[in-house]
Parts: sequence; structure tokens; C-alpha cells
Amino acid sequence: MNTAAVPANEVVRFARFFLQELKPRGKWLTPFNVISIPIIAAGLVILYFRFTQGLGSVTNLSQQYPFGFWIGFDVMTGVALAGGAYVICFVVYVLRLEKYHSILKVTILNGLLAYVFYSGALLLDLGRPWHIINPIIGNSFGYNSVLFLVAWHFLLYTGALFLEFAPTIAEWAHWERLRKFLTSLTLGTVIVGITLSMLHQSGIGAMFLMAKPKIHPLWYSEYIPLLYFVSSIFGGLAMVIFEGTISGKVFSNLIGQKTHHSHDDIILGLGKGAAITMFVYYFFLAFIFMHGEKWKLINTSWGYWYLVEVIGFVLIPCFMFAYGVRNKKFGVIRTAAAMTVLGVILNRQNVCLIAYNWYVVDKYYPSWQEIVVTLMVVFVEVWVFRWIVTRMSVFSKE
Amino acid sequence: MDRRQFFVASATVAAGGIPNLNIKADSAREPKEFVGVLVDTTRCIGCRSCEVACSEAQKNFVPDTKNDNALEKIRDTSEKQYTVVNRFETAKGAVFVKKNCLHCWQPACAAACLVNAMLKTKEGPVTWNGDKCMGCRFCMISCPFDIPKFEYSGWNPRIMKCTMCYERLQEGKKPACVESCPTDTLMFGRKRELMEIARHRVYGHPDKYVHHIYGENEAGGTGWLYLSAVPFEQIGFRTDLGTTPYPEYTREFLISIPLIEFGVPAFLLALNMLTDRKDEVSDEQKWTEAGVDK
Ligand code: SF4
Ligand code: SF4
Repeated sequence: MNTAAVPANEVVRFARFFLQELKPRGKWLTPFNVISIPIIAAGLVILYFRFTQGLGSVTNLSQQYPFGFWIGFDVMTGVALAGGAYVICFVVYVLRLEKYHSILKVTILNGLLAYVFYSGALLLDLGRPWHIINPIIGNSFGYNSVLFLVAWHFLLYTGALFLEFAPTIAEWAHWERLRKFLTSLTLGTVIVGITLSMLHQSGIGAMFLMAKPKIHPLWYSEYIPLLYFVSSIFGGLAMVIFEGTISGKVFSNLIGQKTHHSHDDIILGLGKGAAITMFVYYFFLAFIFMHGEKWKLINTSWGYWYLVEVIGFVLIPCFMFAYGVRNKKFGVIRTAAAMTVLGVILNRQNVCLIAYNWYVVDKYYPSWQEIVVTLMVVFVEVWVFRWIVTRMSVFSKE
Repeated sequence: MDRRQFFVASATVAAGGIPNLNIKADSAREPKEFVGVLVDTTRCIGCRSCEVACSEAQKNFVPDTKNDNALEKIRDTSEKQYTVVNRFETAKGAVFVKKNCLHCWQPACAAACLVNAMLKTKEGPVTWNGDKCMGCRFCMISCPFDIPKFEYSGWNPRIMKCTMCYERLQEGKKPACVESCPTDTLMFGRKRELMEIARHRVYGHPDKYVHHIYGENEAGGTGWLYLSAVPFEQIGFRTDLGTTPYPEYTREFLISIPLIEFGVPAFLLALNMLTDRKDEVSDEQKWTEAGVDK
């Protein structure tokens, strides 16, 4: 493949093969299709207005709320919840815990698609998206900008995820030599990928460091980068459990018997990891709280809201994970995972939207168009995911 | 600024693990003579000539100051107007305050901008470059004074904020607002000189002014300075911003990047080798091969 003379008929073969694969398989009128197709269509219409008449025509963004749902939910939350990919890579390749190998490919695929789609959603939000090449091609590098760092690490990490997934693609296309070559790159890519993840997960938090006077003191601290990083670990783990539960049902025919059985074992391990990191996170929160002497803020409506997030969606799911793992109660672990995912969503919304400019009277609420476009992004991602897993060997067949 | 940019540039690009380079950069720091404007709010009569002059110079929306009754409510600068005058009722009567970008010494907006579209020019004004800006609005998140505004309508939106009439300054003129002011409320000059004048007024008339020059140290110091007869929080200024330059808040994070970029992969690689169990397995095999099987 990588020799100079790639036979022309190989290209033709692949083109035919690809066209063949492009065709949909299975039934058309599934409930998911019936719901998602109209929403995707509506989203495209909304995007037409967005690009011709400006962001204001479809969003509720304002001068006080320059970041809205597309950034706060799609990008910030999407990236945090995609943290599973680097955590599982760490566990499998660095710690060499082979047990988790069977969920590796699907987790990487989920991560890759999340990065492509959710950080791709950023393009919808940029006022002048055609200038996005500026920080990349090097005609204007804002070295001292946290966002510059985040942008680059995003880009490189998406590339790393692609490389990590590439062997599966090569296998699907029957490019055996290329697959071997790509597989040999994996450890290096994984190590770079983990490092890039640590930096941009915390970098997203660091974006709010300069918004000090605007974010409610209960959510602001100089440790935001650390908190964002740690929460991406358990957020990612919870998402792996959550997605695994759904895929296990929807794509059960694609998953081998042995994998089905070892999945229980995997969930216990993931749940344990989540419980520990959440406890560490809670400890950090408590430390920041004490250190900042924030007691007097608690007895306000903002304080209660803060407690809802920290107790309801961090401490309680943390204990539920611990309890579920100890007593092998899978229902409890799954519920805890769902709560944890909600908790991460809540935290990102709080920092970015709800407790941001908390003293402003005209609060921001997403418009229905913003929600439809968000759903569109999610649905398109699920479509692509479904297309890939039904064609490439992503799930373990054993 | 210089030191910081240098530091971060060396950190991000080279990442060569030479953190002590910044000591050199510190001594290379040049003395700066940024320009600014001194606003004496006790002199302002609320005629809003500056609003009109600004919008005419910058080709923005020109308000109808005779008939629009805009002083009835507190306004913010907007995507249509770089500057607005507000009236505050205080114990010492009505006070008029002009609001616009303060042209910070170390601007958060410029530190936030990933393409250097927001730029602290060497003369002092903070300007915006539409050929670079990608409209991410991170400058709006970062500015402690909430100054940059975004055009939400239109397919090719701009970030709108006062540029201190940078083009006029290049031609040797003063900012349009300063020139239009009939009462000498606004005074253009170098910050050092403006500070002297401001101190002189405050010390000379302790009964007339509060003992504070807004902008001397706020957010690390700003190019625009304000004098007032009443405490600043009563006339729409935030007094809780602190005196740290805002880019400082991200500094620690930015310096830690090269450390992570080099330390973490090394650590991971070491961990990977440590967890290699291949040898152990082969040892066992040898054992069985040698002892039991044969
Ligand atoms: S006031 Fe805001 S927009 Fe103006 S220079 Fe300072 S940070 Fe930038
Ligand atoms: S909106 Fe434009 S000027 Fe503001 S930070 Fe983004 S790229 Fe820079």
C-alpha cells in the first residue's frame, strides 16, 4: 500500500467497495430514523438562517452571554464526556489491563466522533468561521491565549484519535500492510493522546480563569483547570458505562458471547474507577470551599443550587458507584453513571451559562433553534456511529 | 506584557524546557509610554457630544442627542456605539459618566484572543483586526469591564469596541471624543503625565474629589483614568476587580504546559515499561520447561 506504485485497480476496488458499503442496511422505518430525520432537516434549515442572517437570528445569545448552549453544551460538555477515550487508552496500553481491551475500539470511536462533531459544532458558533485557519496556518499565533492552546490540542488530539482508530478502518478496507503499520504506531499515539487530553481538558477550564469577576464565587476558583481535568475522567468513565449499556442493547447482535459476559466485570472496574476519581474530585471541591471560606455563600439560593450539583450529582453518585461495585448491583452502577453524566453537564452549564454573569437580570435561555441544532449534531453523530459499527469490526466478536 | 508574551511564546513553541529564560526577559523590559485619556467626571455636563463625534469618526450609528432621551436610563456600549454617556443621581447631584474601553495596560481581551486580532498596540490603544478575528467571542468572556460587543445580526459580524481612534492618533490627531468635548472633561496624553494632573487635582481639592483615581491600578492599570466626586461604585464602576492584571490569572496554567508536555509522556512511558508482564510470563515458561516438562 505504501509503496509508490499503488495499483490503479486497488483504487478502483476501494471506490466500488466504498460505494457498496455506503448503501443503507436494514429497515428504514425504525423509531430512531423517524425521529431523527425531521430534526436533522429542521436543523439544516436553521443553519441556513444562521449563516445568512447572523447568530442573533436563531440564538438567544446576547452581549452579556457571548457563550450559549452550542458552546456550553455541545463543545464544553461534549469534550468532557468524551474523556473516556483517553482514560481507557491509559488503562489498556499504559497499565496493560487487558480486561478492558474489548471496549477499547468502541470507546475510541465514540471519542473520535465526539471530537469531530461536538468540537465541529464550534464552527457553527464562530462569527467568522472561515478565519479558523488563522491560528493553525501560522499567520497569527496568539501564544499567550489559553484558547490558542486549547484549539491546537483539540486538533492534534482529534488526529491522534483518528490514528488510534485507523487500524480498524484499514482492516475494513482490507489494507493489511497499512493496518500493521498503523498498529505499530499505537503506543506512541496513545501516550501523546493522553498528554494532549490532560492539557486541553484542563485548558477548557482555564478559559474561565479571566472571567473571575463574572462567575459566581462558588463556581470560580483558580483550580478550575484541575477540576475540569478530574471531572473529565469520571465523566468519561460514566459515559463509557452509559453508552455501553445502550450499545449492548441496540447492537447486541454485533457483540460476541464472551464479551457479553466479561462486560459485567468491566462495568465493575469502571464503576470503581469512577467512584475513586469522584471522591478525589469531591475532596478538591471541599478543599477549595474551605480554603476560600465560602461558608457565607451557602445560605443563598445560589448556595442551594451549588449543593444540588455537588451533593446530588457528585457525592451521591460517588457513593452509589461504591455501593454498586461492592454488592455487584449493576442497576445501581448504571443509575450512578447516568447521574454522573448529568452532573458533568450541570457543572459545565453552571460555569459557562448559569452562574456566569449571575447578577445580570436578563438571563440566557437557549432558544428552541439552538436545541434543535444540538439534537441534530447528536443525531448525525449517532448515524455515523451506526454506519461504522455495522460495517467495521468495532465490537469484539468473541 | 513583553515578559509575559516572551515567556509563553518560549513555553508553547520551543517548549525546550528552559523555564529560567524568563529572568533574562525581565531585564529586557523596555520602559513604556502608553497614551490614555483622563476623564474628570466632575466637569461633564452630559451633552453627549463625544457620542456623536465618536460615531461620526468611526462610521457607527449616530444618536439623535436632542430627542432620544437616552439619559433617562443607564445604557451600555453596544455593537452600534463605542461610547455612551450615563447619568447617575448621587448625593452630590447628577453625575455624568462616559463609558468606553479602558485600554488596559495588560488587556484581558488581547491575552484571550488566539489570533492576535485584539492587540495592544505599542502606542497604547487596544485595536481589533477583522482580517484575523474568527468571532469566538472569548475576548468578551475575558474583559473584566464587559466592553467588547458582537454584531449578532449579519453574516460577517464584527467585534465592536473603542479603538481610541487609533487611525487618528497615527495622523497626529487626538481621539474624536476628546476633541469634541466642550468642557475639557476629557484630556488626552501619556499616562504618566495624566496621573500627575489627576493627582494634582485630587490633592488640591480634597473636598471636591474622592481620594481615588480609577484606572491607576484597576485590573493592573488602564489607559483611561477617571476622577469623581462620589465613590466610584455609585457611578457605575466595578470596584471589585482587584489590581492584578487579568492575563496573570492564566499565567500559572500556561507555564505548566511545557512541564506537562514533557513530564507526562516520560511518566507514561515509564509506567508502560513497568507494567510489562511479558518477561515474567516467559520466566515462568522457562521454569516449567526446564523443571516439570523435561
Ligand atoms: S477594557 Fe476590556 S476591551 Fe478594553 S482593553 Fe481592557 S480588557 Fe480589552
Ligand atoms: S472574537 Fe475575535 S477578537 Fe475576540 S477573542 Fe475571538 S478571535 Fe479574538
